[in-house]
Amino acid sequence: MRRILPKRGGWLLLFAAVFATLFAAACGGDDDDTPASTAAGGATTASGAATKPVTIGFLYVGAVDDGGYNQAAYQGQLAVEKLPNVKVIKAENVPESAEAERVMEQMIQQGATIIFPTSFGHLDPAIKVGEKYPNVTFLHQGGLKTSKNVGTYFGASWEANYLAGIAAGKVTKTNKLGYVVAFPISQTLLNINAFELGAKSVNPAVTTTVIFTATWCDPAKIAESVKSLKDQGVDVLNQHQDCPGAGIQAAEKAGMFSVGYHVDDSKLAPNGWLTAATWDWTKLFVDLVNQVRDGTYKVSQVRQSMADGVVKLAPFGKAVPKDVQDLVLATQKKILSGELEIFAGPVKDQGGTEKIKAGAKQPPVTELETMNYLVEGVIGKIPQ
Amino acid sequence: MSFVTSVSTGAIRAGTSVMYASLGEVIAQRAGIINLGVEGCMLAGALAGYIVTAETGSPYAGIVAAFVAGGLLATVHAFLVVTRGANQLASGLALMFLGLGLTAFFGRPYVNDQITPLRDYPVPMLSEIPYFGPVLFDHDPLTYAVFPLAGALWWFVFRSRWGVMLRAVGESTESAFAAGLHPARIQYAAVAFGGALAGLGGAQISLAYTATWVENLTNGRGFIAVALVIFAMWNPLRAMAGALLFGGAVALQLQLQARGVGVSPFLLDMTPYLLTIIVLLAWAQRGQDAFPAGLNKVFRGTG
Repeated sequence: MRRILPKRGGWLLLFAAVFATLFAAACGGDDDDTPASTAAGGATTASGAATKPVTIGFLYVGAVDDGGYNQAAYQGQLAVEKLPNVKVIKAENVPESAEAERVMEQMIQQGATIIFPTSFGHLDPAIKVGEKYPNVTFLHQGGLKTSKNVGTYFGASWEANYLAGIAAGKVTKTNKLGYVVAFPISQTLLNINAFELGAKSVNPAVTTTVIFTATWCDPAKIAESVKSLKDQGVDVLNQHQDCPGAGIQAAEKAGMFSVGYHVDDSKLAPNGWLTAATWDWTKLFVDLVNQVRDGTYKVSQVRQSMADGVVKLAPFGKAVPKDVQDLVLATQKKILSGELEIFAGPVKDQGGTEKIKAGAKQPPVTELETMNYLVEGVIGKIPQ
Repeated sequence: MSFVTSVSTGAIRAGTSVMYASLGEVIAQRAGIINLGVEGCMLAGALAGYIVTAETGSPYAGIVAAFVAGGLLATVHAFLVVTRGANQLASGLALMFLGLGLTAFFGRPYVNDQITPLRDYPVPMLSEIPYFGPVLFDHDPLTYAVFPLAGALWWFVFRSRWGVMLRAVGESTESAFAAGLHPARIQYAAVAFGGALAGLGGAQISLAYTATWVENLTNGRGFIAVALVIFAMWNPLRAMAGALLFGGAVALQLQLQARGVGVSPFLLDMTPYLLTIIVLLAWAQRGQDAFPAGLNKVFRGTG
């Protein structure tokens, strides 16, 4: 069995093969149409000034078909792609590190003048790259600060989670709700708090137990979290993960109810599905791109709500009785009209301290987004 | 369920995938080959198992596919390092990225799909025993199989004639060759078998634990498996213990949080690595004794 083969040629071939495969994996699937939600109402064409060709880069922390956060943002990208004279560059699995800077610089070298860094941790890299390239506009998803050419946008998903909380508070039999959360940042805390406040508005005895997984998408850890919650008698699961699918399936298997996030995953839980806070970024992305193109965009923290259509409540599952559906929808009307403010005082934290004074109106969104506490009724600690 | 029962059950559930991968890597390294691409093999197994289960409706067909896929990917590594004498570390890392890229690409259509999962089969009577019952006797078949496998591999490595041959190759390919063995064949077999077990580990996540496919499903568990081999000092039973410790750390932090106890998930995520470092510090000398002397060497002879 003598196998002394010529060295160099074989190596080159192998490396070529490996890199070709990796390249195909990285760049492939650009034209794939993901199933899920719509691009309804998004593709309004730009004014005449906007027909100059433009290249736009999109960065995602995960895969664009994760059935969650990235997929929702990707639907927005698809709407932007339909605009005239727009070329889109997409990068998936971009870590929230210096790697993101390199990806953005590469996009700029390919001519990108608008960049959407869509993950929370892409903000600092964007600001850094932005200093180097003042003529590029960065539109960051969920960022809490801006710079000269880095603006942010986000939506009030907590409004929909408040409504989901009402459904959860009504259907729970144990009065114990659970929330599996990736990281303790203000956006996740807002969702948890709104969920508990919504549930408590219809069921004062209800508590929400929180588990932080410290990763945006690890299905095995999510599944284990669901089992841990089930052990404690929790019978409704909500999640703030990029890929909630595994958790929804685990909850269904355990006979629990579940609230989804980002996209409508109701098919994963035919029995236990309640509803979900879902995103529709299409109109906002298109509006932002049009503003940048015709020069009307001003760096700011754009915050939209359910009333703007950016956040939507997914269709109810059969586990939600008709009267509860009606109650949720009636409450939704009150939120849309501004009659009901979710974080109007009094709001107490876990220690009973009044964080928002009784009688006080709901603080502005920018202030809400500095939230660093869990409200009374939430069980769990924010990891330091 | 009591706290101890819950954590122990969780330790087994969360530790099984890593245990498969770690056992496989013990065998490969006993033959003198480090495979840093375990993560890639796990992903290959996870996806192949998922696809075959989705297409055939049988998770058992999926298990076979996972075994084969993990083994095939590892064979690429064996070809590079045994036949072509490539650097083992570089080849292993390339294998990891290859596995990640290939599975991300071919897994696209299966994200958010649904399969018939490999379900739990509680053992009648035994699963009713207080405390031990739910911990040991309420799992999926892949989880049941891994414990006898660890014992069998221990026997194989330390008590069987084949094990002597395997270890001989790992200590010194030259001597093994001089003794009339075929080091290359043994190394190929060990690396492929190691990859196949990693594939089963991946399948335990995609078919049983989560019944889900997403890109990078294994989230670094393949690297934990490699770290555990050092912790285990190339002993299958210690690898089993190490994987349970890893699973225990995962289950513990989640169970504590579910009980409202504040604990940093960031801190507990470091547990397997901390354990490895502690073991390296404490038993450095013994660790060196167990270290296969031929590990990472290139055998330039024939065979």
